[in-house]
Amino acid sequence: MNLFRTIVLVAALVGLGSGLVLTVVQHFSVQPLIVQAEAFESQRSEAPAPHDHAASGEHDHLAAAKADLAAQEAHDAAHAHDPEAWEPADGIERFGWTLVANVLSAVGFALLLVSASELKGGLASWREGLFWGLAGFAAFTLAPSVGLPPEAPGVTGAALEARQIWWIGTVAATALGLALLAFGRSPVLAILAVALIAAPHVIGAPHAPEPPAIPRKLEHDFVVAVIVTGFVFWSALGALAGALRQRFGGA
Amino acid sequence: MSHADFRTSASSAALTSSRAVSIVAAFLFGVVIIGGVGFAQMAVAHNAAHDHRHSIGFPCH
Repeated sequence: MNLFRTIVLVAALVGLGSGLVLTVVQHFSVQPLIVQAEAFESQRSEAPAPHDHAASGEHDHLAAAKADLAAQEAHDAAHAHDPEAWEPADGIERFGWTLVANVLSAVGFALLLVSASELKGGLASWREGLFWGLAGFAAFTLAPSVGLPPEAPGVTGAALEARQIWWIGTVAATALGLALLAFGRSPVLAILAVALIAAPHVIGAPHAPEPPAIPRKLEHDFVVAVIVTGFVFWSALGALAGALRQRFGGA
Repeated sequence: MSHADFRTSASSAALTSSRAVSIVAAFLFGVVIIGGVGFAQMAVAHNAAHDHRHSIGFPCH
């Protein structure tokens, strides 16, 4: 079979499997925190001056829910996005679109992982795939999280474009650096690899002008949840890619 | 002689151009998918993929 078709077939199956794993883990780890953070996010657009949640102690959830409703209009106006735009209704519809996005994105990540590993002759075992998956975790989750910790709703960062550019640049530099470390044969390449991995952090990520609207603990729990979810997702993706690539032979 | 041995020796040979084209095409396909799901700024795409973007650590808002 043609190599392109082999890669796409393997990546589609891997994406489906690891996207489902991602959805299950995310549903119990990150999703509840997103919902909590959204209550704070819409509250802030009602009261622009951020108040100190740490000092006010326990948060009144009923009040938050009421404020949520009241602030919806202000929130939409404050938000950069078109308030008229369609968005999925809470419940099964929202879950469904998240599932679709998870699987699609997982197929995309699997395409990158499987095609890159073909440069080294293709994955030969689930164990080899797992190592590639861990490298993916380092490049796509860990490295960008150092400068741009995963943002819960309500954590406003610098301009979106600036953050996206830094994020993509960091992922690319880290992936290239790891490949040079793993496959480079000379000390000079190893030095270059370390420099590549360090460079985005020396340059520094674009930073937020305002403090987050959500409590520090929620912000922290969110970062942990995203990183743990990413670890499980990339491990599953890599191991599955290694296991399936074997079955589709030496194209 | 196992299948894996054969593949390893084949890969150490030169990267043929047809292999290279396949690899680059599949890689770019992946980039396009991730770009669409994770980075497109269209409001509808953003709203549909919102929870996914937050969960994977993409810059979202």
